[in-house]
Amino acid sequence: MTEANPLVIVGAGHAGFQLALALRQNHYDGSIKLVNNEPYAPYQRPPLSKAYLKGDGNLAPLVFRPKAFFSEQRIELIPAKAEAIDRGKKKIRLSAGAELQYGHLVLAVGARNRELRSPHEEGCIHYIRTLAETACLKERLLSARHVTVEGTGFIGLEFASAGRRKGLIVDVIELGQRLMERAVTPEISQFFLRRHERSGVNFHFGTEVAGIERGGGDGRYTIALAQGKKIETDLVVAGIGVNPNTELAASAGLVVNGGILVDQNLSTSDANISAIGDCVVFPTPYATKPVRIESVQNATDQARCLAARLVGKGAPYRSLPWFWSDQGSDKLQIVGLTHDVDRTVLRGSPETGSFSVFCYAGDRLLGIESVNWPADHVVGREILERGGSVDPKAAADPDFVLKTLLE
Amino acid sequence: MPNITFLNPDGSRQTFDIAEGVSVMQGAVANGVGGIVGECGGNAMCATCHVYVDGSQVASFPPMSADEDALLDGTASDRKPNSRLSCQIRVTEAVGGLVVELPERQI
Repeated sequence: MTEANPLVIVGAGHAGFQLALALRQNHYDGSIKLVNNEPYAPYQRPPLSKAYLKGDGNLAPLVFRPKAFFSEQRIELIPAKAEAIDRGKKKIRLSAGAELQYGHLVLAVGARNRELRSPHEEGCIHYIRTLAETACLKERLLSARHVTVEGTGFIGLEFASAGRRKGLIVDVIELGQRLMERAVTPEISQFFLRRHERSGVNFHFGTEVAGIERGGGDGRYTIALAQGKKIETDLVVAGIGVNPNTELAASAGLVVNGGILVDQNLSTSDANISAIGDCVVFPTPYATKPVRIESVQNATDQARCLAARLVGKGAPYRSLPWFWSDQGSDKLQIVGLTHDVDRTVLRGSPETGSFSVFCYAGDRLLGIESVNWPADHVVGREILERGGSVDPKAAADPDFVLKTLLE
Repeated sequence: MPNITFLNPDGSRQTFDIAEGVSVMQGAVANGVGGIVGECGGNAMCATCHVYVDGSQVASFPPMSADEDALLDGTASDRKPNSRLSCQIRVTEAVGGLVVELPERQI
């Protein structure tokens, strides 16, 4: 890509940043422009709900690289939002009105919070997706005694346990009947429910926020739940999922279906435009249908895969998905895609605080959920990457050393 | 500030002064050491900040956790007796002069 026709990356999150980095590591010599619509240097998100909320608010550990790195690597950061794509002229229009020519365009535009739709006053609902949102929440937590979390995904539960550690009273509201329902099996939900309850979190299942009003004194809020109960609280954190940012792609006529649709090479329906990260729906050998995945692993692996293609060393994207969540002192690690699970095998005992759930479709191992058992996760990753399986009987025996299957 | 030397697989060396309190992984990434990835941000989840610690120094470190031990079984390059995850090594005066060798691959 020449200076006149640069490689333009829209979005400077994990996917966008990693792509720029991987291109330079692959000795890509052309011009790279990274369009960043955040008011900060590109930064990491996972620590926001973990170390950052607990820590002194120092931003240095959050940024991917110090400023000098970007100039040294000739990665031009463009602080703007991309508003429109003109595919015919191979240009994008930026929020400031400027236009940017591209030789190849990469959409790494991520996702955004689903917002609480119930009526509420401005400022009482907080989110933990961006640094700005989390900084605002961190400030408000200084004077909070009671916090309420809507949603029991990873982020909501990580925040709930952080709240209990700070000595706050924590209520959690979940529309469904169990924790992390979209991500984990009932065995894992049950374990984490007991852990969070033991740490003092109050749960309200099968209901949602119907409205939030100021009241109750001390600038507090009163939350009305759909089934009638009321909770007085200082602030509400909503972790009810995200929606992919597809508007830019859709308005340019790219194919969008629950995310920006890409092929196994991460190309959109326009060969001059690729897309990676939380915003894309892609085919994978680990599922029967195209999937959209929200994870650091997926964002960075797709970035590396695309970087290789852009320097002429392309290979289809086939990375094995894996996920993690730190809740209180418990570490949850998941490998594989387990939506199609029809049979689970418990390995070890939840009572000991350390166990795994092996997820099968028939006899085929789809994935492994591990709680405080990183060895199962690590070895499981290797087994699944090799296309292997674990005999369910062997999996059920906690004394069976999984690693022997790799020898 | 303690200094730490990174030996790259191609034989080149980089030495940096790194502030006390951060991890060796954070110090490496902040200084642009390409052979350290640190994908999970230092949570001992990904094993992409694998290093080989100079043999005479490895014994002086605090022992590794069970998590680190397990993750080292999943590194992209071979585990050796002096393997560590650099996100789990805090920079202190005591590790000043540390030399770590970077593996061929992190991913």
